[in-house]
Amino acid sequence: MDTTHKFITMFEAIGLFVAVVGVILFLASRFSGRKGDRIVALAFLLPTVLLISVGLVYPGLKTIYQSFYNAAGDAFIGFDNYSTIFGDSDQRTVLRNTVLWVVITPFIATAVGLLYAILVDKARVEALAKALIFLPMAISFVGAGIIWKFVYAFRPDQPGIEQIGLLNQILMWFGMAPKQFLIDTPLNTIFLIVVMIWIQAGFAMTVLSAAIKAIPEDIVEAARLDGVRAWGMFRYVTVPSIRPALIVVLTTIGIGTLKVFDIVRTMTGGNFDTSVVANEFYSQSFRSGNQGLGAALATLLFILVVPIVAYNVRQLRSSDER
Amino acid sequence: MATVTFEGASRVYPGSERPAVDSLDLHIGDGEFLVLVGPSGCGKSTCLRMLAGLEPVDRGRILIGDRDVSDVAPSDRDIAMVFQTYALYPHMTVAENMGFALKIAGRPKDEIRARVQDAAEILDLTDYLDRKPKALSGGQRQRVAMGRAIVRSPQVFCMDEPLSNLDAKLRVATRAQIASLQRRLAVTTVYVTHDQVEAMTMGDRVAVLKDGILQQVDKPRAMYDSPNNMFVAGFIGSPAMNLLTVPVTGDGKAHLGDFELPLPRGAKLSGDQAAVGMRPENFSLTGAGHGVPVIVELVEELGSDAFLHGSVQDDAGSKDLIVARVNPQAPPAKGELIHLAPAPEHVLWFDPATGERVAG
Repeated sequence: MDTTHKFITMFEAIGLFVAVVGVILFLASRFSGRKGDRIVALAFLLPTVLLISVGLVYPGLKTIYQSFYNAAGDAFIGFDNYSTIFGDSDQRTVLRNTVLWVVITPFIATAVGLLYAILVDKARVEALAKALIFLPMAISFVGAGIIWKFVYAFRPDQPGIEQIGLLNQILMWFGMAPKQFLIDTPLNTIFLIVVMIWIQAGFAMTVLSAAIKAIPEDIVEAARLDGVRAWGMFRYVTVPSIRPALIVVLTTIGIGTLKVFDIVRTMTGGNFDTSVVANEFYSQSFRSGNQGLGAALATLLFILVVPIVAYNVRQLRSSDER
Repeated sequence: MATVTFEGASRVYPGSERPAVDSLDLHIGDGEFLVLVGPSGCGKSTCLRMLAGLEPVDRGRILIGDRDVSDVAPSDRDIAMVFQTYALYPHMTVAENMGFALKIAGRPKDEIRARVQDAAEILDLTDYLDRKPKALSGGQRQRVAMGRAIVRSPQVFCMDEPLSNLDAKLRVATRAQIASLQRRLAVTTVYVTHDQVEAMTMGDRVAVLKDGILQQVDKPRAMYDSPNNMFVAGFIGSPAMNLLTVPVTGDGKAHLGDFELPLPRGAKLSGDQAAVGMRPENFSLTGAGHGVPVIVELVEELGSDAFLHGSVQDDAGSKDLIVARVNPQAPPAKGELIHLAPAPEHVLWFDPATGERVAG
């Protein structure tokens, strides 16, 4: 297919979409009254429900089903895939790494974002300072991975060979030997986590800064009259006031981190004991041809994410009530 | 307990040339209830915030007792403030809200609990101590804000329109409660409001501000009877005083329609016009030639009172409006021509060029 043809197809698809929506809206507009409302609601819900069923529910159920089958997907093996995940030493490294990611990233990213939001609040260069830390959010995970691969880059420490990595060059300036940041375990996982924190701190900062600005000026003044100093303001006024936002940020970053794939894939490919559940699921399913184990890993990921999502949604709802 | 003294205190907001508060000189006695009143934007809240330390003093100084507090941090001024929005901490219970300042000051828990309990009893809040502010009604929140101030037993209370978020009925009840509470505690209080009824009913003395400049400080009654200038005359009192600018002839007589009112001896006017101030309650109905001729345009019957709104009739076709209290049992009818005679001893005279009172 040449480019023109592709464009024609795209416009056809858009036209079809507009036509379908138009038909739905037209039909819906012909009904009115109480019963009409139901029909309108149904007309809008049905396509969504249909697409979710085909695109989400069915594959989800199919994946859970597959996780109880062998590598080729033709023999039922019960919970064997799950025992592999928790028993096999390689798989346990994957689990350990995922735990490290999920425990470290949300807290550090939120702490950095919060500190930054408070420091630049009402500063003269606030807009610029915020744009700078928010910028990484605009870069894709793959892009960020490539940037940081250069930061961590290592060349063998031999005469005539220059370091091209930023960090190793800095180490050289201080007279230290260059390090293989992405190869030495378990620190290499930490260096990968730094990339995620670099991206997510901007998100945390933006949300928390908005929450801090929403604290009524009166309350801050009342606290000042009550004798509160900087630390007390943070402890007794700022943090309790933005608690709902803090929890939303923590859980949102937590969910994103649990599913992290791109950074690991682009920077180490999961080698040198840096693999995480999402990356392992990809490797098992599409590289090693072990469908069953891949499906089991995907299911595990799903089970881990659900409680955080549920908590996140509940928190959002209760913060709406305030 | 302490006095509060403003000495030439001024505040100029950055980016504005005119001071929000211009060389304010004001002395507030120990235990006194002083009300700062004025239209919005007159600088009354800025005065209060300067006293509380939330705004800097650009010129002059502020003393609490004998201590210059101009550069003292808000928390070290021993002041408690009640905000218009109450500014309660939403994540703390009523008891925690009230005891917060003591907690920050590091007082022992028993003492905090006892003092919160005492204040809660005074304010009838004992049943609500474990509730969060959002579970309280507006009136209860207002009382918690009062309680937070009382618990600290400060030298000065600052109150910034604490009643304006209450409905009309509750406002009247709470007005009396705050006034009597202040008398009981005898804590020096500076109270800001735009409502002159609050000012008149609550204050030991009232200070009227306009455009950042203090117009007059006096006891409510004295302020009502002898306002310094036309602004104070028009601002204090409801319905407002009638202020008619009328020509004065060479024989020293002001002309309201065909009614002549002699200018008091010794009153000096800069031009040939005078502003005559007459309170609505100081009129009586009379015959033609003995009072201001007025066509009745509207009668407001309040039960205990009736107020007529009418237009003054004169040859020049003036559009002056006049409000007068009339007998509620037999108010005049709309459209009727009547004659209103002002009680001469209550007529105030102002120079319309300067606004100052010249006689009466």
